Amino acid sequence: MALVKNGELVASSFVDASGAETIPPSGPVIVGLDQWKAHREALIARGTPLGIRLRSDQPPDLYAEDLPHFAVVALEFPKFRDGRAYSYARLLRERYKYKGEVRAVGEVLLEQLFFMLRTGFDAFEIESADPLGDYRTALGDFSVWYQPAADGRPTAMQLRHAKR
Amino acid sequence: MYRYDEFDARFVKERVAQFRRQVKRRLGGELTEDQFRPLRLMNGLYLQLHAYMLRINVPYGTLSSKQMRKFAYLARTYDRNYGHFTTRQNLQFNWIKLEQVPDILEHLAEVEVTSIQSSGNCVRNITSDQYAGRAKDELADPRVYCELLRQYSFLHPEFSYLPRKFKIAVTGSPNDRAAVAVHDIGLRMHENEQGEVGFEVLVGGGLGRTPYIGQTIRKWLAPQHLLSYVESILRVYNVHGRRDNIHKARIKIIVNQMGIDKYRALVDEDWEYTKDGALRVPEEEIARINAYFAPPQYEQLADETELLAKLRAGDRAFDRWVRGNVVEHKVPGYAIVNLSLKAPGKAPGDITADKMDAVADLADRYSMGEIRVSHRQNLVFVDVKQSELYELWHKLAALELATPNLGLLSDIICCPGLDFCALANARSIPIAQDISRAFTDLDELQKIGQFTINISGCMNACGHHHVGHIGILGVDKRGQEFFQLTLGGSSDQHASLGDRLGPGLPQAGVPAAIRKIVDTYLVIREHDERFLDTYRRVGIEPFKTAVYGDESQAA
Amino acid sequence: MPQMIIANRLRDGAVVFLAPGEAWEPSIAAGALIDDAAEATRLMAVAKRHEEECQVIDPQLIEVEIADGARRPTAIREAIRAFGPTVRTDLTEV
Repeated sequence: MALVKNGELVASSFVDASGAETIPPSGPVIVGLDQWKAHREALIARGTPLGIRLRSDQPPDLYAEDLPHFAVVALEFPKFRDGRAYSYARLLRERYKYKGEVRAVGEVLLEQLFFMLRTGFDAFEIESADPLGDYRTALGDFSVWYQPAADGRPTAMQLRHAKR
Repeated sequence: MYRYDEFDARFVKERVAQFRRQVKRRLGGELTEDQFRPLRLMNGLYLQLHAYMLRINVPYGTLSSKQMRKFAYLARTYDRNYGHFTTRQNLQFNWIKLEQVPDILEHLAEVEVTSIQSSGNCVRNITSDQYAGRAKDELADPRVYCELLRQYSFLHPEFSYLPRKFKIAVTGSPNDRAAVAVHDIGLRMHENEQGEVGFEVLVGGGLGRTPYIGQTIRKWLAPQHLLSYVESILRVYNVHGRRDNIHKARIKIIVNQMGIDKYRALVDEDWEYTKDGALRVPEEEIARINAYFAPPQYEQLADETELLAKLRAGDRAFDRWVRGNVVEHKVPGYAIVNLSLKAPGKAPGDITADKMDAVADLADRYSMGEIRVSHRQNLVFVDVKQSELYELWHKLAALELATPNLGLLSDIICCPGLDFCALANARSIPIAQDISRAFTDLDELQKIGQFTINISGCMNACGHHHVGHIGILGVDKRGQEFFQLTLGGSSDQHASLGDRLGPGLPQAGVPAAIRKIVDTYLVIREHDERFLDTYRRVGIEPFKTAVYGDESQAA
Repeated sequence: MPQMIIANRLRDGAVVFLAPGEAWEPSIAAGALIDDAAEATRLMAVAKRHEEECQVIDPQLIEVEIADGARRPTAIREAIRAFGPTVRTDLTEV
């Protein structure tokens, strides 16, 4: 699926093997947590960019130690209503200081994109006929917000007191 | 009252534009109902039995006369000339059209009112003591913290898709009028040993299918840590709360499942990372918000002890009303006046558009333009001069807003029930009407004394039946409406959940059962003890026998 | 017992009944009475299609009894939807 990243539609260079029975022998690959645990050494030895894909019941503390190995962390929204990945993204960015790509996968829709952006996602597999259009629409929804989140942008409170 | 600054105004404007877009997408088929439902709920819009229902926030129960007039306008223009105040201090309209909602939200934004997050799996309206800032028994004014929490929670990107709804209440008085013990987070302001004011934090209270009294997760929290600590509670809930079963998804379930100590440990672990970070509330922001809640310019008055004594001696009805509905104010010469929305036969919490306008006018004339909403579905004027009480009372009486039953048996709280609500099993409003019509004798009501009757039309308990001195729960038994009574509930600082009295009663049997319970109480009671105290002293048996007779009851 | 199909109209939430000609009518008197299972299945499919086309939400088959020529849903809930709240009857006229 095409990916929206850095405001553009790009093709993912990673193969997502998390749902597959076998991991491709070469090339950038995204694996699931179980696959990672089973094949950790081999995957590291392979020397290609690696990514990990997590279900919504798999919080970051299960793999945080290995974050340096991952260029991509893909967090699932199995249903758009399952909001756990918002917390996971923030933890990845704010607690674990993860600087790689945090990718939203699963039921990723226009009306939730703004929250994903604020919580630290920076790549999106959007289910839409016009993913880039949806992304741009969502981006423009709000110019002011109240609470600090992983995007590091100033809040209303901060702006209020900066003016004084 | 808090007033929007440029940031608040812009935020609300953008939110209304976003919802306008979402409605357009829904009507145009780009969004399914499944995808749209959480979005409309997060703007307070339900689909109910007859039409859409719009729930509008009254933040911590505070309204200006201007906002009340806007409600009247909306009631006339978009609904059926009335509104309903709820048990969370909000306002509901029952015959709303989806296609008109964006316009309605724009109207509301004009007067700094929103419906944002009044529903949905997110943090809901922050509720509080209706006497906040004015009651003599208040330790500290909770409103600044309510406003802080309100802004913090609005469109919180991490917590807009929680397992389930999340309700927070704050009390600044040891006499808890905000029912904090039965909220997901309850905040009780109190002093620590050093005399500093902070919060006792309760977590995991709630009503509904499985009611719980909240447990103390932290005995004292400093105000500057309020947001970071609440965030940690929310984060642990978001990550660990159950999502497999809608009836097991509230925080109360997970707190009781893992135990408060384990929950606290998880919260503290998260909090360690964040307590001194960006969520630490700066003094300047507290001061900024506090300025809006500065006490108004009071005149230097003395209490009108003599005048009132004279008026009360000369007018029995006025005397009853002062005794019942008027409460002591912090400032000499002033009083807090409760406007009863519980005249006999009325649907609790309902008020016509005309009366909304009249209340707005009276608020301007007698109470500095401000109106409070109580979770017990009454209105309050918090700054009335004692010298003007008599004049005000006459005007309220003419509007049927002066029934002197505050805190008495006919001051019933009641959800909309099966007449309106898609979730209900039984009609609740007719029960409230029947009971209030059966107990109209004001002397009798005074004699019976403090009494709360709470009525819910289903297990969702929007009528707070678990915490009524008498709770009434509507159930569906083979297509017929039956009503189960509970006794001994309380939502104050000595909170308790009611005990089931016996098998469900048919609608016609409920007023008689109440009568029997009351008669039994009047016989058994010692000195001036309230019904609740009698019940706690003697237990359920005498009341069970009175209502059901001597036969042993099958469940 | 005859059945009817009830739903809420999407744009305004109004209670409507599936009527002859695949229209949706706010009055129960104008709705189509369904007497057999095959017709019920066929009309529910129509109703579901209308739901997908964003005309109505949540169409349901309900039982209706007929007394003195007037139709009344047998379930209290559906009767309240058909005729309005049993309280505040002064308000059910627009």
